[in-house]
Amino acid sequence: MAVFDLLLCALILLVAVAAIVGKGLFRAVVFFVIYGVLLSLAWVRLDAPDVALAEVAIGAGLTGVLLLGAVGRLARSDADEPAEPIDWPVAVAASVVAALLVGAAIKITPGTGLEPEVRAVLTRTGVENPVTAILMNLRAWDTLLESMVLITAVIGLWPLAQGGDWMEPAGPAHHAQPGGVLSGFGRLLPPVALLVGVYLLWAGASQPGGAFQGGTVLAAAGVLCVMAGVVRAPGMAAPAWRLALVAGPAVFAAFGVAGLAWGGFLTFPEAWAKGAILTIEMALTLSIAVVLALLVLGPPQAGEAR
Amino acid sequence: MSVELLRQIAVYALTGAGLVFFLAGTLGVVRFPDTFSRLHALTKADNLGLGFLTLGLAVNAERWADVAKLALIWALVLLAAGTVAQLVARSALVRGER
Amino acid sequence: MTPFAVTGALLVALGLYGLIAGRALLRRIIAFNVMGSGVFLMLGALGWHEGRADPVPQALIITGIVVALSGSALAVGLVVALARATGRQHLRDDVG
Repeated sequence: MAVFDLLLCALILLVAVAAIVGKGLFRAVVFFVIYGVLLSLAWVRLDAPDVALAEVAIGAGLTGVLLLGAVGRLARSDADEPAEPIDWPVAVAASVVAALLVGAAIKITPGTGLEPEVRAVLTRTGVENPVTAILMNLRAWDTLLESMVLITAVIGLWPLAQGGDWMEPAGPAHHAQPGGVLSGFGRLLPPVALLVGVYLLWAGASQPGGAFQGGTVLAAAGVLCVMAGVVRAPGMAAPAWRLALVAGPAVFAAFGVAGLAWGGFLTFPEAWAKGAILTIEMALTLSIAVVLALLVLGPPQAGEAR
Repeated sequence: MSVELLRQIAVYALTGAGLVFFLAGTLGVVRFPDTFSRLHALTKADNLGLGFLTLGLAVNAERWADVAKLALIWALVLLAAGTVAQLVARSALVRGER
Repeated sequence: MTPFAVTGALLVALGLYGLIAGRALLRRIIAFNVMGSGVFLMLGALGWHEGRADPVPQALIITGIVVALSGSALAVGLVVALARATGRQHLRDDVG
């Protein structure tokens, strides 16, 4: 399979070059999405299916929708935008960085890493998937702070809404044709997406998956429904949406504080670990889905149609 | 011939056929002159290719649950591809392409 | 695995080039993402050992992918706001 790996690497690099220096912003975004999909294949080859799921769903999918939306909103025909001329001083500097990093990549010989340590304590974490064990138990601190970073991004984004718009539904107004194919698809997809999202959350305990992957599927379905005009975009005016935003980090932090009784913040006793992790993950999935949907839809722009 | 060998042959034949259709579809996207004929190549050939690929993988699957997951993926991709083709065609029509 | 680690290293450099040399701000956001995923690929590939991927870098990378999206969303929001306020999609220094 070495030939396949080399071809895949070459393809990833070619597509990345096309995304960065090729002509046209729309094309650049399309190449970036292809890049994300190819990259997730690389993750499968590296025996990291959890990362592959996250990369294809978030890196390629949601980021792609975000960037395509931006290209549409900037609404400048750039089809004839010429390929940018090569900036030689920067190219030379980047080549030096490339040479140093490639040297490092070849020189570092992979060891066993922390895998044996994780395996040794895995039975005490409450889940069987080592990646989920690290995210939700061994390094729960990181995940708690990460869920707060997501909310911080929403807080940073919403002041960009103009004037009194910020209580309006997220994003520009969408005008899908009622009864058209998109609205049909938007009605058909949610039940399936709900099933897949919850399955990914549940499977994450022992198989590839987890709160982030499940939440992303739900967010993607939500964004599609908004674009199809099936549901109104979430807005800050409704207390329920605000509650959904903070539910994950709040439940997470509450369990963390409860852990103080067991020896430390975010410490889960072995017998309760699985239940605690699953409860946190359910709340976290909800919050991640809402946060990601809000981030992709963007701040309200009531007056502007996409 | 053992069942296992037959199964292997079926897997390779079906996925191989799928790849041929994908190749034809890609060729169409690259070579055809306008949006509508490109969409034609993409949806017709790639959907057939996807069907063959799914069948090949289903024969290779070890559990019925995996076959069910493959069927779900197949159905979702078909639906999504149909919807997207329709949307692309309409936006091309609105922009006045012929 | 070394080919993927080398690819990751090259992606970092490529992203760095795009981040500095790119003119359209949206292009720089794409370059920033390529740079980030290059770092992830290097990290993940160097944590791969004899058919097993180290779960610790994997967890770090999943966290990183999500944070990269929130950063990109904030950046896109700022670019759209800039274009709405000034009609430009570039920074002034780059054009003048």
